[in-house]
Amino acid sequence: MTRPYRFIGKATPRKDGVEIVTGEAKFIADIKLPKMLFGKVLRSPLPHANIKNIDAGRAKRSDGVRAVLTYQDVPEWKGGMPAHVRILDRKVRFVGDAVALVAAETEEIALEALDGIEVEYEPLPAVYDVKEAMEPNAPQLYTQFPGNVLPNRCPGFGPKSLEEIAMGNVEQGFKEAGIIAEGTYAYENIPNPLTAEPPGAIAAWEGPDHLTVWSSAQNPYWEGVLLYLRMGRKVHVRYIGTHCGGSYGTRLMSWQLILYAALLAQAANRPVKVCYSREEHFAAYGLRLGSRIHGKVGMKKEGTITAISGEWLINTGFYSQITQGQLAVGCGEVQLAVRCPNWDLKPKIVCTNRAASGIVRGFGGQELKSAFLPLLTEAMEKADLDPVEFFKGNYVKPGDGYYWRDGNWWVCRGVDYTKAMEKGAEAFGWKEKWKGWLKPTRVNGAKRIGVGVGVHGNADVGEDVSEAYVRLDPSATATIYSCLAEHGTGQRSSLCKMVAEILQLPLENISMTPPDSLLHPYEIGPFGSRGTYAIGSAIIAAAEEAKKKLFERCAPMLKANPEDLETEDGWVYRREKPEVRIPWRAGMGVDRTLLGYGRFEPDFTVPNFMMLLVEVEVDVETGKVELVDVVSATDVGQIIDPLNLKNQLHGSLGSAGVDSALFEESILDKKSGRLLNINLVDYKWRTFLELPAFRTVTLETPFPTHRFKAIGVGEITTAPGPPAILMAISNAIGRRVYEYPMTPEKILKVLGKTKRGVA
Amino acid sequence: MKTRQIAKRKFKKLAAIGGSSLGLATLSLRQPSKAARDNERHRINLMVNGQPYQLEIGNQSGEIGPSDTLAYTLRETLGLTGTKIGCDHGACGACTVLVDGKAILSCMVLTIETDGRSITTVEGLRDPNTGRLDPLQQAFIDHTAFQCGFCTPGILMSAKALLAENPSPTEQEVKEGLSGNYCRCISHYHVLDAVRAVIRQRGVKNDPAV
Repeated sequence: MTRPYRFIGKATPRKDGVEIVTGEAKFIADIKLPKMLFGKVLRSPLPHANIKNIDAGRAKRSDGVRAVLTYQDVPEWKGGMPAHVRILDRKVRFVGDAVALVAAETEEIALEALDGIEVEYEPLPAVYDVKEAMEPNAPQLYTQFPGNVLPNRCPGFGPKSLEEIAMGNVEQGFKEAGIIAEGTYAYENIPNPLTAEPPGAIAAWEGPDHLTVWSSAQNPYWEGVLLYLRMGRKVHVRYIGTHCGGSYGTRLMSWQLILYAALLAQAANRPVKVCYSREEHFAAYGLRLGSRIHGKVGMKKEGTITAISGEWLINTGFYSQITQGQLAVGCGEVQLAVRCPNWDLKPKIVCTNRAASGIVRGFGGQELKSAFLPLLTEAMEKADLDPVEFFKGNYVKPGDGYYWRDGNWWVCRGVDYTKAMEKGAEAFGWKEKWKGWLKPTRVNGAKRIGVGVGVHGNADVGEDVSEAYVRLDPSATATIYSCLAEHGTGQRSSLCKMVAEILQLPLENISMTPPDSLLHPYEIGPFGSRGTYAIGSAIIAAAEEAKKKLFERCAPMLKANPEDLETEDGWVYRREKPEVRIPWRAGMGVDRTLLGYGRFEPDFTVPNFMMLLVEVEVDVETGKVELVDVVSATDVGQIIDPLNLKNQLHGSLGSAGVDSALFEESILDKKSGRLLNINLVDYKWRTFLELPAFRTVTLETPFPTHRFKAIGVGEITTAPGPPAILMAISNAIGRRVYEYPMTPEKILKVLGKTKRGVA
Repeated sequence: MKTRQIAKRKFKKLAAIGGSSLGLATLSLRQPSKAARDNERHRINLMVNGQPYQLEIGNQSGEIGPSDTLAYTLRETLGLTGTKIGCDHGACGACTVLVDGKAILSCMVLTIETDGRSITTVEGLRDPNTGRLDPLQQAFIDHTAFQCGFCTPGILMSAKALLAENPSPTEQEVKEGLSGNYCRCISHYHVLDAVRAVIRQRGVKNDPAV
């Protein structure tokens, strides 16, 4: 059937568009429950200390205060991987760690009451650097993790979760190499993804073991499961998703504030809302992982990689949320970009006395690659290889294998991305602009123009399980039951389009239930670019099953076999004789609905792909770097919605992506342990005035394993960016730069234009 | 009163940090004599989205505290939660509303300073009689000029003020007009497409040749 799609591939308005532009969309801060209290958190001023004494008496006696909780008052609720972080502890481990919780009639009363809690600390020495943290006499954050090193295993990824990359014989590989590059490279500026909406939650109890939570994670079902586990499997959670004001992965880090609300609500016996201030969002929520690699790459002169070895040190901050998972996926992803038979890459997860790192778009892969690619490009430079040609030769192709997060060897059955790389390079003018390593594309007075490139991909488009129902009503409408909140990708609308296409109903006739874990089957959520492929496939299967049931009901009335029927705009008809038709309501009756169920099983055989080509202009007098031109290149099989897709592609600049190589960083003062730039003036972000030209090249080579031949790419758009920027700056100024972000001060230092290293 | 005083202290501190060099108009603190008289009566008058409000100044629920920001009053007292508070420091633009047609950061203005003013929030953009969306709102939908949508009300109000002041701004002027609005998803490109479309539409309508 070669009938053109009616909805797929066309730009259609977001289902929630009117709500968003009229201000009717309800975010967590907009929701009020009757008798709701407001919760606030007292936070540690010290990076590492024991609480010797805590006296909350004055706070408890304040007018309007309804609950005050310290570590002495709370149950053994724990999070982290493995579970190691108490919800409130006797020990604080970073500046901003939670010390006490207050619920009061107003936010102001709660804030004021925090001053009424007297805490006596026993200060402990703190450590911020991964190497120093592993030294014998280093301060120890957790007694159960000597040397501050956490185990690498991620139990959620199965019994053999990927803990390192070990294959072949690296010694032999290095012997075969003509070129060796070796050194230490790091991506440790811990940028903050910093969604527009600060995180928050409301908790309300219905009896001692039933908790209802309102919060903004994009995956309410799974978050509900995780909360159940963190509360010791004793409390059943109903998680209601609100509009999500941006996630980029980070909304999966709200468990602490949700449980603060739950504890306070339990103590006060009233609903409690906890919304973080922007300062808390900056200083006590979720940063990117710190990543440092000491590694060695062996390469033959023509560009074949023969061996890669090294140690990858991951700074997870004061605890690991799921850093082990990021380690596993990062190790998988680097194999997709670099074909090498001999590997010995040993990761280590280290905790230090700063705010936690957590899930962020790029999920370990961006962090590993941002440290590893500068090393790899040293080898490319020695071999005088064009990096685009290198990536074309190395990126995973159908038939190639890789160890994925579960520790199993998977063989790619996706598409060959060589053409996407070629088309991207062509659109960018790579051949004309690439002048060789450390050579500027152009010199224009003090302005040096240089180009760089990065690639990234992820086989997680098919990760984990999704389940969904699709219900058909006699009014020729369909309802999708799938537990995901809209977090900005337009995924809910895109899924409606898929169902509209299958049922051939107008898009207005398709709706999706509000995200509520009570009403839905299992759904792990939209991340890892799995929305189109994994969630989509579950919903498509549910729609197909419902349609099959519809045809089975209608077949006798149309004197046909079910497989000979079609449906369009609420009519069911015979394919060969379309005039023989009945409306859905005649086939179904007015008192019947039909329900289809769909399930997606994990499949790691289809990696996606993203290439970013960047052009920068460096002013060698001031050190200022301007990002002038960006081309993104990918192949998505089939575009579902071109505007939603473009939004995701443009997103590569934000959410601690490309700009984490230019100006984004969290500045940690190692004397006090404080983050210094925790406001939106001192933390630099890209404004409307500084937009580079941005072109997107999107190929559509059909992926045979999806109903619409499509896969998603949203999660991977940021990751190729940071190392590409370093490459472009290096080429522009003719000297290697290694640090993130490359601020003017650092550029001038590299150029020797500072006195005694001071700009 | 105590809690109010604290909030005011906090507000002043934040105002000092925040600054307002974000391309948005600031309010002058003139005191119309009628407003001064009303102040004596501990009451202020606001026109919000065409609806008049007379609000008591005080500490009770539904009253305006002397230290209440306009953003707080709009959201918590009047229930107009379309206006977002992203930073409460005047740095992200999410709380942008129009006061007498000019874009201001409602988290940086005390409600009592806006006595006698006319305020438009995102809820007031739509035609109150027909329910028809403002051309900017429609263009934002047509161009999917948002992702998560949290910053959208602020961006819409900045764009609205810009087009009111300058009906045919250049590309650079549009970028300047929106440069105080934080968007983390990077919907900037589609926002510019949407604003451009509205400018073009108007140009056609106002062109005497058409």
